[in-house]
Amino acid sequence: MSITKQDVLHVAELARLALSEEEMELYTRQLQRILNYVEKLSELDTRGVVPTTYTVPLAHAMREDVTAPSIPQEEALQNAPEKDRGCFKVPQVIE
Amino acid sequence: MKFEAVIGLEVHAQLLTDSKLFCSCSTKFGAEPNTQVCPICLGMPGVLPVLNRRAVEYAVKMAIAVDCTVNPKSVFARKNYFYPDLPKGYQISQYTEPLAERGRLDIDIEGGRKKIGITRIHMEEDAGKLLHGEGPEDSGYSFVDLNRTGVPLIEIVSEPDMRTSEEAQAYLKALRDIIVYLGISNGNMEEGSFRCDANVSVRLAGERKLGTKAELKNINSFKFVRDAIDYEIQRQTDLIESGGKVVQETRLFDSSKGVTISMRSKEEAHDYRYFPEPDLLPLVIEAGMVEALGAALPELPRAKRERFVAGYGIPAYDAGVLTSTRELADYYEEAVKRTDDPKATSNWIMGELLRLLKEDNRDVRDCPVTPENLAGLITIVKKGEISGKMGKEVFEEMYGTGKTPEEIVKAKGLVQISDEAELSGIIDGIINANPESVERYRAGKTQLMGFFVGETMKATKGRANPKLVNKLLKERLG
Repeated sequence: MSITKQDVLHVAELARLALSEEEMELYTRQLQRILNYVEKLSELDTRGVVPTTYTVPLAHAMREDVTAPSIPQEEALQNAPEKDRGCFKVPQVIE
Repeated sequence: MKFEAVIGLEVHAQLLTDSKLFCSCSTKFGAEPNTQVCPICLGMPGVLPVLNRRAVEYAVKMAIAVDCTVNPKSVFARKNYFYPDLPKGYQISQYTEPLAERGRLDIDIEGGRKKIGITRIHMEEDAGKLLHGEGPEDSGYSFVDLNRTGVPLIEIVSEPDMRTSEEAQAYLKALRDIIVYLGISNGNMEEGSFRCDANVSVRLAGERKLGTKAELKNINSFKFVRDAIDYEIQRQTDLIESGGKVVQETRLFDSSKGVTISMRSKEEAHDYRYFPEPDLLPLVIEAGMVEALGAALPELPRAKRERFVAGYGIPAYDAGVLTSTRELADYYEEAVKRTDDPKATSNWIMGELLRLLKEDNRDVRDCPVTPENLAGLITIVKKGEISGKMGKEVFEEMYGTGKTPEEIVKAKGLVQISDEAELSGIIDGIINANPESVERYRAGKTQLMGFFVGETMKATKGRANPKLVNKLLKERLG
């Protein structure tokens, strides 16, 4: 499989990243190298093998529905570049 | 050209757990912004989600109630999208292996019953809330409150089995009733704990292939479900008839204008790049759990409705009103077993009781009149001790004070005069005092009967048994 500039642009848009022309070239090359590396796996015959999503043969653990104290608002907001009236302040989201 | 609509609904219900789906933060509504958050629901690096057992049980209950097959194994998946209400950059949901599949829900439509297929039920976490300030200094900004982030939801996806907005509304109501009966969600559309998206397409009648659909969002009342779908059916029909083509898109319902508006979202917005959530192991539901939850399921709305009609012999309409909530149905059953008059009991509840509760915006659980006291009142009226009209007054007093009907009747001296001798004395007095009227009556002016009845009622302060008054007056006036 080959990565095109179009693919990189698409992924960048999904992640809301603005890439320069040079970055686009760079990431196209890098992503292609990663894919080539992983592609080695397709040399193996995996017919009849169920895809492995989890490597441990365990089922989920569950917790009881009991509340515990949350963290203080100041702490929740401390990494926010902008905050106001207890909220994270972000550029306007237009629907 | 004759068109038919094809409608499927995707319904989200917030589950009534105390804590969130994957962390121990409270789910309580109405707290100060960002005070019910922790590193897990804030999407901090290095944290691990742990599944809430009660949320799973609630979801399984819903699955059983609508005849879904609960999958022995289901898998959580990440749904990736970039939006400020989603701090992790993905929502933990279920995708290729949902909790439950292939269910059904029957709705009542004109001329019978219709089966609506349920494709799947899966579990997922809610996103945060975006607020938009009103002041001029707020323009250009949005404000994010993450208290709701991580609150457990179930999504119930129907088959495209509905053909009209009435059917869609009936399905949605039936679904809401079940959820509320199960006690797994409060089912409040206006507050957003019960939400509905509608997929709508149209096609020529008789055509088997589906037309291109639009997904309608922002439908937050049972009325709007119909308004939004009706508008959309008309819009698509007009478009096709004038030679246009429906495009697949998401449209927002604007309830103030009654129209749907294209969101013009970019194609990319729908590329969610789902993949299995590596932080959560597969969810294994043992048969024993499904069995135990199924055995403990309460009687569901339809079964209760049908039992009320068959068992009490009341009209289907009454049964529908009385079973609208479990609490009201329980109230009715408590009262009716003491009155032995199902229809009269139903009338009192549907009339007086619900009217007063509605005026006060009060729940039947907080009703000052106990079912025992209502039954007592119905019995007193039935025995003819007080008239139906007096009964209503007594009822209002019972509602206002919480007293028993016997106490009120006694304190107010309301007991109806049904004693023939006592009434005869009063009536003779009235006849003697009004010789002219008696004469005119005997001469043919029979409308004067009303006058005599009125005088008798005045003399007894309304306590005279009306039937007996009529009988005695007729005897005397000849």
